Amino acid sequence: MAGSGTAHLRPADEVLLQVTDLVVEFPASKGRTVKAVSGISFDLAPGETLGLVGESGCGKSTTGRAILQLPKPTGGSVVLDGEDLASLDDKTMRQRRTKLQMIFQDPISSLNPRRMIGEVVAEPLNVWGPKNKDEQWNIVARILDQVGVDPGPARYKRPHEFSGGQCQRISIARALVMDPQLIICDEPVSALDVSIQAQILNLLDDLKGQHGLTLVFIAHDLAVVKNISDRVAVMYLGKMCEISEADELYSTPAHPYTELLLGSSPVPDPTVDVDDIRVIEGELPSPLAPPSGCRFRTRCPLADEICAAEEPLMRRVGDDHFVACHHPLIEPWDDAGSAATPVGITAPQEGNAPTV
Amino acid sequence: MENEIRVGRTPARRESVGEPLLVVDDLRTQFAVAAGAVRAVDGVSFSLDRGKTLGVVGESGSGKTVLSRSIMGLNTSSNASTTGSVLYAGDEMIGKSAKEKKILWGAEMAMVFQDPMTSLNPVVTIGRQLTEHVRYHLDMGRKEADEVAIALLKSVHIPEAETRLDNYPHQMSGGMRQRVCIAIALACGPRMLFADEPTTALDVTVQHQILNLLAEQQRDRAMAMILVTHDLGVVAGRTDEIMVMYAGKVAEKAPTAKLFSEMRHPYTQGLLWSIPKVTQAKHTRLNAIPGRPPNLIDPPPGCKFAPRCAYAQDICRAEDPELRSIDSADHLFACHFPVGTPEGEEAFERNIAAEYPPALAAAGKLRASEEVMG
Repeated sequence: MAGSGTAHLRPADEVLLQVTDLVVEFPASKGRTVKAVSGISFDLAPGETLGLVGESGCGKSTTGRAILQLPKPTGGSVVLDGEDLASLDDKTMRQRRTKLQMIFQDPISSLNPRRMIGEVVAEPLNVWGPKNKDEQWNIVARILDQVGVDPGPARYKRPHEFSGGQCQRISIARALVMDPQLIICDEPVSALDVSIQAQILNLLDDLKGQHGLTLVFIAHDLAVVKNISDRVAVMYLGKMCEISEADELYSTPAHPYTELLLGSSPVPDPTVDVDDIRVIEGELPSPLAPPSGCRFRTRCPLADEICAAEEPLMRRVGDDHFVACHHPLIEPWDDAGSAATPVGITAPQEGNAPTV
Repeated sequence: MENEIRVGRTPARRESVGEPLLVVDDLRTQFAVAAGAVRAVDGVSFSLDRGKTLGVVGESGSGKTVLSRSIMGLNTSSNASTTGSVLYAGDEMIGKSAKEKKILWGAEMAMVFQDPMTSLNPVVTIGRQLTEHVRYHLDMGRKEADEVAIALLKSVHIPEAETRLDNYPHQMSGGMRQRVCIAIALACGPRMLFADEPTTALDVTVQHQILNLLAEQQRDRAMAMILVTHDLGVVAGRTDEIMVMYAGKVAEKAPTAKLFSEMRHPYTQGLLWSIPKVTQAKHTRLNAIPGRPPNLIDPPPGCKFAPRCAYAQDICRAEDPELRSIDSADHLFACHFPVGTPEGEEAFERNIAAEYPPALAAAGKLRASEEVMG
């Protein structure tokens, strides 16, 4: 399903960021094109956290980077605070990037090993902030303290003297030092141990309150994404499958892919019988030649002819719950925008659809 | 009752019913480094029956990987030393020469590693890598070995197995490569499989497929397995017993259901509480374990977990607790103030009253910036 459409977007004056029909393609050998992101749309209200989930290769990291115009998207618009970033020249974009920051997956390699922590965190200030070293240090020390790194001893140390968790805290401090409007977190906890992961998730939650942050949180772990996000968007092979308020997405997934993804997530409970869980068969198709129609149809238990012929559009299935699927697991609302009377699981089309 | 089965160069199999397949006793592995000795595995004992699965759980640096490498005898670097006893089918592994171990590796015990991207040789075809030890151990010709390889690839559900033999690893996805690694490990029909974080580098959907594959192969071959992971979710439904390790020692060991329902060690509880769960509402505060694992060079006296423990009292910082049990002999834990006992609850209440940071963190009442602890 994995389709297009903009039914789920909110009015432009209510949102901080609006991404419409974002397309990112990379040239490959023999004149082919890698279709990494193919027309996805989403928006973010101020102070909101949007989780982006999907398997590797679904385009979630590319989406995050395209918001920052790294690289510039092939098509579509990225409107931040009323300004289309894709239309800006390089010089203006450089200025706007101070409002956008990124936290990367590997905390140790995202910090320059040859520089001291005091310098690493103060670097953005060298370009855009106060030039006075004492003033800079006041800001840096305050932020380091907020992320739980003791500023005094850390100032003259280098990244290798810190653990992975500590380095991730320092990366977060570096992202916060410019007081950004939006932070893109690209798998910020996947490289960390569970106990440290919990600390970082708690930290991001605390900082959101203190700084009024708006976050895009990219991860493959569904439980992690739910913990941090207000809304969650599920991606598959460069397309958006489903976007919803977080609790609702997990309790009543509308897209077959979301349901299968939820089933695959390991649960720390021995009473859950792993043999009962449905598995997604096969592997992600190549983004060089994605399937026609709905991109998930090759692995979807509900797929039939219409899925191959027509790409599904985003439809409303709940108050803040949208799905791009021809056979959603929840009855979609009618065009007038009110809930259809019978809400329940739709039966698969008889005859041509294999049962789940 | 003993009967011998011998094929090719594989060692004689002594099948004695009733005895555990693997008995590890007081295993210690240390690495000499400039700053001192790193005690990576510090006195671990357990036994494993044929066909059973043991989950070994711990964070990085807990010694779980070194433990499985020590049992197999793979710690060959000159600064490593292993003492204690590892009886495999009644045969002592510690002190065996490389030549003696070579006969066992692959044929009797095999390992699946974490990273399928780097554990295969990038310049050798899948077919050659699959048949290398089949030909060595079972004395097969190339043609015969190729047939075995095709059958193996089919058994791990790789489509078009015949055409895959000439592929190089880079032509396959991560999940496919891990299937190949499993096929290589299973090729000579080992009775003991070590799976060291076999799914950590893979997506959740592929992880589920690979874990199902391992379980299926284990059932079909009546193989014993040690599943090493940092994820309690991975071992929950797939093991008979779980051993939780911390700082090279066993913190708790119990049958899987009992470990989850009656966990005794505060570290096990902390690990479980740290994991975000899909059943929790969004923005649920995680009860994190504050601080980080200790340095294994000259660790402080007492329980190694004490500085991060919500239950810690003075005795914990002075005396290292012995492994013991209270209600049943198969549930062992090393703790002075176990979870769920009156003395444990009392210690926790006392720490909360004293606003001891680890206790506050366990109750979800500590600011995240204070969870670092130094």
